[in-house]
Amino acid sequence: MKGGTPTLMKKLTRRNEFYVFLVLLVLCLLIEIRSGQFFSPNNLVDIASAMIVPGLFAIGSFLVIVSGGVDVSFPALASLTMYATTKMLLDANYQGGAVLPIVIALAIGAVLGAFNGLFIGYFRLPAMIVTLGSSSVFKGIMQGALNSKQLTVIPPGMRRWGTSALFIARNPVSGLTSRMYVTFIAFIVVLALVFFLLRFTMFGRGIYAIGGSEVSAHRAGFNVIRTKVIMYVLVGMIASLAGIIRASMMQQAHPTNMLGMEMNIIAGVVLGGTAITGGRGTLTGCMLGTLLIVIVENSMILLGIPTSWRSVFTGVLIIVGTGVSAYQTIVMNRSKRVQTAKKEVAA
Amino acid sequence: MAETLLRAQSIHKSFVGVHALKDVSFSIRRGEIHCLAGENGSGKSTLIKIISGVYTPDAGHIEFDGHRYSRITPIEAINLGIQVIYQDFSIFPNLTVMENLALNTELAANRKLVNWKRIRRVAEEALAKINVRIDLDAYVGSLSVAEKQIIAISRALMFNTKLIIMDEPTTALTKKEVRNLFAIILQLKERGIATLFVSHKLNEVFEISENFTILRSGELVATGSTKDLDDKKFSYYMTGRTFESRRFVPKTVSKDPIFEADRVGIPGSFEDVSFALHGGEIIGITGLLDSGRTELALSMFGMKPIREGEFRVDGTKVELTSPRAAINHGIGYVPEDRLSEGLFLPRSIGDNIVITELDSLTKKFGIVDAERRDEEIRTWVGNLAIATPDPDNACQTLSGGNQQRVVLAKWLANSPRILILNGPTVGVDIGSKHDIHTILQELANEGMGIIIITDDLPEVVENCSKILVMKNGRIVAKLDAEEADEQKILSYML
Repeated sequence: MKGGTPTLMKKLTRRNEFYVFLVLLVLCLLIEIRSGQFFSPNNLVDIASAMIVPGLFAIGSFLVIVSGGVDVSFPALASLTMYATTKMLLDANYQGGAVLPIVIALAIGAVLGAFNGLFIGYFRLPAMIVTLGSSSVFKGIMQGALNSKQLTVIPPGMRRWGTSALFIARNPVSGLTSRMYVTFIAFIVVLALVFFLLRFTMFGRGIYAIGGSEVSAHRAGFNVIRTKVIMYVLVGMIASLAGIIRASMMQQAHPTNMLGMEMNIIAGVVLGGTAITGGRGTLTGCMLGTLLIVIVENSMILLGIPTSWRSVFTGVLIIVGTGVSAYQTIVMNRSKRVQTAKKEVAA
Repeated sequence: MAETLLRAQSIHKSFVGVHALKDVSFSIRRGEIHCLAGENGSGKSTLIKIISGVYTPDAGHIEFDGHRYSRITPIEAINLGIQVIYQDFSIFPNLTVMENLALNTELAANRKLVNWKRIRRVAEEALAKINVRIDLDAYVGSLSVAEKQIIAISRALMFNTKLIIMDEPTTALTKKEVRNLFAIILQLKERGIATLFVSHKLNEVFEISENFTILRSGELVATGSTKDLDDKKFSYYMTGRTFESRRFVPKTVSKDPIFEADRVGIPGSFEDVSFALHGGEIIGITGLLDSGRTELALSMFGMKPIREGEFRVDGTKVELTSPRAAINHGIGYVPEDRLSEGLFLPRSIGDNIVITELDSLTKKFGIVDAERRDEEIRTWVGNLAIATPDPDNACQTLSGGNQQRVVLAKWLANSPRILILNGPTVGVDIGSKHDIHTILQELANEGMGIIIITDDLPEVVENCSKILVMKNGRIVAKLDAEEADEQKILSYML
């Protein structure tokens, strides 16, 4: 009814992911031309490794934004679980593998996520406000009750897991090597699970539905409160997994160095075409947006731009990127109005 | 006589001491089209919510399909075959047509996993039931209001539906879309599905319904066959007041025109539009949604400056390039969508009234003269009979009719000589509509020149001394009030 089936190209150009992908491609090519190092095996592996923690955070953040909220507490949540888990295991002089730390972290993360979910889902408070508050609470517990100091030693099991490599990539020119970490698998597994959840379960469609219209979702028969609470529990678990991976890979538990990551993560998610108002966005776009930010943060040096300028570039990218998608929305609305007018004429 | 499907028996409902419904009884037969009418606050929505199980009645009961229920839950209502189509359609703008159609049934079947093939099949079936075609992969947010409504209706039919309740379904539809909707309702009737149609537009009540029920302040005032109903009775039942039909006849018309349009146009919107407005006249401009009437209205208020021709005020050419310029030339504009363009809903009624005349209420150093401000607000609340206990209340606490009065007050406070109103009574109930018409006619008699842009034909015929009909961006007919009737205007419009 809208004049034949659109061609593949047309379908592509209508999607936000396509533009993020183009920008990404241009940026990579630019870096490649300038340095000749971008597509070297070790650089690609470095980028993949750098993607693990932000990627996990972005998945959690994406879920919340799609449901119509904004979560700013995940770095604090991840820091608290990571720190609490590490400290507990160190105190117990734990010598085993990485499974127990992960399980403990997931459990703490689930409880903290439920805390967010309770206030947001059950008491219907705005997600932004609740997570601003819980972010303070989590930081407070970490600094007050746990008396957080940097732990320079972590249990051996975590260290082994965090530093073991799937394979090692070598740059044929410079001879530099990079490790592809095992933890990358954890990231891919979470990504696949969440993809399945969002696409093929009613729970996942419920998250989209709630983000589109909470009232409609309720009337359609979704259990809005339960969906939200479960989702925040999941988000808490994903964030704590990111936290424990981070500590394992850095081989130390630093209580504050994840704090402040939330803005770049949310920016990456929105850059990837996720509507900040909720209900719209794809994991593909979310990952592309995050990747873009990760590359800008990590590869500016290859372009010959001093690292001190990094945040300026990230900022400009965010403004331009979100600006383009905002502009697209305006254009789409305009063409919609023209279409309605034409229909009226035809009528 | 077909058998009774729904009977509401002596329903009572009160909220914190306020009687929302008092002893209301009515019934609907299988496959009947029944209209429920009443002004804002008459208890229509409370009654719907009781039938659909959202509220429990304090006393009385519902009989449905031969069974008696003193209380039902929303889920039970759905399982009985009662479906409500709310004004917002309860759709998901962010999801595709396919998902919107299928989600409810998938949920009702308590499925945990999504099978996209099945969803597509369910969606196709849903649309096939009422013989419409909509792109299943389109996002619902990109559809027109009428298409969204069709989705809500076909989704409702996916259940074993016996009664569909539509809450003011025609509010945002064009005339053609209303006709399509009625065709669908008649289709449903043939399949034995009854429709309870909530409306306060009398022409719709007459056109589609077989029986009607009218509520006023929570009480049943009349129920029966639409055949026995006429305009006068309808208005009386609705408001408890009698209105004489009073065609507007201008009393004093100024010798020279105060506002003229001379071959004005904006390429692509309208062209070659000329007319002259004298003080004391009310001109009606009507046409379909795409006829260019709205663009013309906006251009007269400087929001869409014209590219061709000229506007004249008192015979002198004026450049209306911004609303500010139009206001300076004594032009006031009451917009089409009072909610988004005309009012600051969260602000107080008083603030909304005085906003256009703040300049004249300002003392030295830009400080607003509070006493004069309050006096001004009191005057207008009184003059236009805005029903509020306190003008400091937020505008959103008012009913549609009263909000429209605030918009009027806002412009009148600025004492314009030329007043342009775009759809002045859209979504306003009969009583307020009548009052707004009376106010406009009085203003004209005091010498103001008024232009009403509307597709409400009875409104045009009743209030305008001159009628311009637009079609495809041009004026296709200029009629005098005496020679105009609805049929004639309609024939030029289409």
